[in-house]
Amino acid sequence: MDIRCSAVADTSAKSFIEKKKQNILIDTFILILKSKALVIGLIIIGIMLVLALFPSVFTKFDPNYIDGNAIMLSPCTTHWFGTDMYGRDLFSRVIYATRLDLFIGVSAMFVPFAIGTSLGLISGYYGGKVDALIMRIVDILMSFPYMVLCIMIVAIIGAGIKSLLIAMWLVDWKNYARLIRSEVMIVKNSDFIQAAKVMGFSDKRILLRHILPNVLSSALVYAASDIVVCMMASAGLSFLGIGVQPPTPEWGALIALGKTSLSKSWWQSFFPGIFLILSGFGFSLIGDGMSDLLRTRGR
Amino acid sequence: MENNILEVKNLKMHYVSKYETVKAINDISFSVKKGETFGLVGESGCGKSSVCKTLLQLLPPNAKFMGGSIKYKGKELIGLSNKELQKIRGREISMSFQELMTALNPVTKVKEQIYEQFIGLKMTKQEKYAKAVNLLKLVGIPSPEQRLEEYVHQFSGGMRQRIMIAIALAAQPSMLLADEPTTALDVTIQDQIIKLINSLKETLGMSIILVTHDLGVVSQMCDSIAVMYAGSIVETGDTLTIFSKPRHPYTEGLIRSMPKDDGSKDRLESIEGAPPNLNNLPKGCSFAERCKYATEICINQMPPLKEVGENHYSKCFHTDLLINSKGLIEL
Amino acid sequence: MNRLSYIIRRLIQMIPVFFIVTVLVFVLIRCIPGDPALTMLGDRATHEMIEAYRQKIGYYDPLWLQYFIFLKDLLHFDLGSSLRYSEPVINLILERLPVTIGLTVSVVFFTVVIGFPLGFMAGKKRNKLPDYIIRIYSLFGLSAPQFWVGLMLLLMFGVKIKLFPVSNWGDTLPEHIMALILPGITQALGIMAVIIRNLRNNVVDISGTSYVTFARSKGLSEGRIDLRYIFRNALLPTTTILSLWIASLLGGCIIIETVFNLPGLGALMINSVLSRDYSVIQGGVLIFVITVLIINLITDIIYSMLDPRVTLN
Repeated sequence: MDIRCSAVADTSAKSFIEKKKQNILIDTFILILKSKALVIGLIIIGIMLVLALFPSVFTKFDPNYIDGNAIMLSPCTTHWFGTDMYGRDLFSRVIYATRLDLFIGVSAMFVPFAIGTSLGLISGYYGGKVDALIMRIVDILMSFPYMVLCIMIVAIIGAGIKSLLIAMWLVDWKNYARLIRSEVMIVKNSDFIQAAKVMGFSDKRILLRHILPNVLSSALVYAASDIVVCMMASAGLSFLGIGVQPPTPEWGALIALGKTSLSKSWWQSFFPGIFLILSGFGFSLIGDGMSDLLRTRGR
Repeated sequence: MENNILEVKNLKMHYVSKYETVKAINDISFSVKKGETFGLVGESGCGKSSVCKTLLQLLPPNAKFMGGSIKYKGKELIGLSNKELQKIRGREISMSFQELMTALNPVTKVKEQIYEQFIGLKMTKQEKYAKAVNLLKLVGIPSPEQRLEEYVHQFSGGMRQRIMIAIALAAQPSMLLADEPTTALDVTIQDQIIKLINSLKETLGMSIILVTHDLGVVSQMCDSIAVMYAGSIVETGDTLTIFSKPRHPYTEGLIRSMPKDDGSKDRLESIEGAPPNLNNLPKGCSFAERCKYATEICINQMPPLKEVGENHYSKCFHTDLLINSKGLIEL
Repeated sequence: MNRLSYIIRRLIQMIPVFFIVTVLVFVLIRCIPGDPALTMLGDRATHEMIEAYRQKIGYYDPLWLQYFIFLKDLLHFDLGSSLRYSEPVINLILERLPVTIGLTVSVVFFTVVIGFPLGFMAGKKRNKLPDYIIRIYSLFGLSAPQFWVGLMLLLMFGVKIKLFPVSNWGDTLPEHIMALILPGITQALGIMAVIIRNLRNNVVDISGTSYVTFARSKGLSEGRIDLRYIFRNALLPTTTILSLWIASLLGGCIIIETVFNLPGLGALMINSVLSRDYSVIQGGVLIFVITVLIINLITDIIYSMLDPRVTLN
């Protein structure tokens, strides 16, 4: 009798917990829908993703096809965004560039996010010499302007997508490390971590299961705004001619090419910029919505 | 009537937001005589501070004034323009805040915050300085010359309270609203502040509205009091009368829950339950839910404020049941 | 006295950071695959030139000695000479530094003059039309690439309406100032997005503090409360944000200078990267780092003057 009772109690508790979990999921979904910023941001980035994955569906022109009869045409019904000085169709170049730009932006954010978060966790949790070492490296990186450091690294490895990415990875993790470290320092001293230590949990378990979930949200919010910075910076490096190399279509490089005949063909720089702005705007909205969401959930 | 410096009639104020309406002040009337200390007593969240801020119209944008009148020296304050109010604030009625840690500007010197009260007065620099030094002496701050040059974060809690009172007094107002002046302080410092305010009343002849939840402080300072509960005044009268013969169940409960200093080892009484939410007040008496005298009428109807003695009013249907109720002091 | 000793202490603290940076630059430049002499002198260098350069940098010496020589030269402000311009690097840098400083001043000027009032207004008119417009702008400002905004401004106000010079630094001071207006506005538009948003939120927060209500209870005029209480206090966190952006602002100069063809340090750096002029890159990086360190020190001091609660130590 007793046993059955407790079994019933157990399953009901389980179903209760499951129900609660479901509710949290539904609540979160409703919250997401309520946040207009988040929805608009997700739609914009969703469209961008579709363009990135299936560019050939949207344009019949080869982005690298040189047409001697269509040099520097202004936007018209055949060439929506006009053509460049080599007669290439700008619309298809802009569409085809989406994949590369999104990839660079996301990976330029994600790798530093992973590196910085891990180093910040270690630095904040263990303290001592490890912390001092990591923080000195961060200090030194902080004293370089972002662009200058990127340029220095590109100067050493040579221009190209690979060195662009390596530069961004090496430079950008410092912000995550600082952010996570300061959060860990606060959480580390809270009662539930002390309790976990008393229970004899391993450092790894405490770090991954107890501390990480509590510090991750601020890093995620930062990441959403950081991805915009990364996209702009990598497009900027390509604009300067030390990132993605022609003829590969990339928004920043397209704008740079347009600059050489700006007064004669405004469209060459204008349209790639619009796409860059749109995707930046999309990510900004997502970041904004996310931080709002986390703030309301925190309450 | 002549010697009333402030008369408040049927004051109503609500905080309105998209989601709810918080009825912070519900039909409050009281008057303060010239030169008296008037106590506004009640639990935190009952609307005491809101009353003070409504008097000076310092409310946040979501506060909606719902009716009533505030007459200061016979002049209606409701409906005055911001310019006219600025002449009243600080110069006629000033206020000291309970938030000791955050109520003074952190980035300007104490001196400048006092000097601001001399704007518009034709005073030379030396006169301003001399007056500021005198003010700090008046509120009992040692070595005022040096402390005038300091910033707020360099002062302790008790000293900040004194600074705040000094600023409030700088333009020689006739009335001071002291919002929980002793709450955030140690007992010894509390005592000093009580003595300070009492002596200010004597020497400057000011009228004071004292807002507090501490009945001990009230008994040491106030000539008359109003007890507030859930945004209403439930009982008002002379301090002595109310402490000796409370005629409202809430007041009775409050007084019974005061620690006695006669050495008795009785357990402290407390009032069961919690005050109702101000965004969802009951139809009848808001205290009915916690009241041991409550009957059906209390739940269905709002009790009127009844005269139960000379200058003594209680907002209860069952004041008769309390006729033999004993307060702290035997008369 | 306190402030002076603080500055001296901070300058001393900078020395190790600077040392590490020199080591980093030294090592990185030597990481470049190939012969350093060839890298520094270029393909057309004769055998004698290469040998002379190797002697000069101590190619045959151990690495630590090479670093020591590099450091010694550095202390004499000898950063080597440029391959492209065949001129001492230090001269090239000093020649271009005023342009970059001018650009930075222009950016900060426009950020403060346009951004501060707008941020303050957005905070005061919270949730009203101006607030929404300003907030949407601040979202766009962050996601608009500055090189594109610069080009579009140039197209509009330089090419179509001939208000500002196009790619013309000019020879006189008024011409220089005219040339710095559009670049300054361009970069300010980006940084302003951050500043406005931050200032707006601070103004909203501070308007609700009890010291503002207390100030009102004192009978002060709204103008005085806005200026002495709200604005003064709201500015403090914004100053910190602004100082954090200074470093990226300096880096941003590289792009802006390229867009507007300004003969500044950034443009020099980029040209040197493209032409593999390593001694100029090396010198440029060092100058940028020193500038960032000094600017950080200055903002710390300014902050301590604005906020009496901060003690310098």
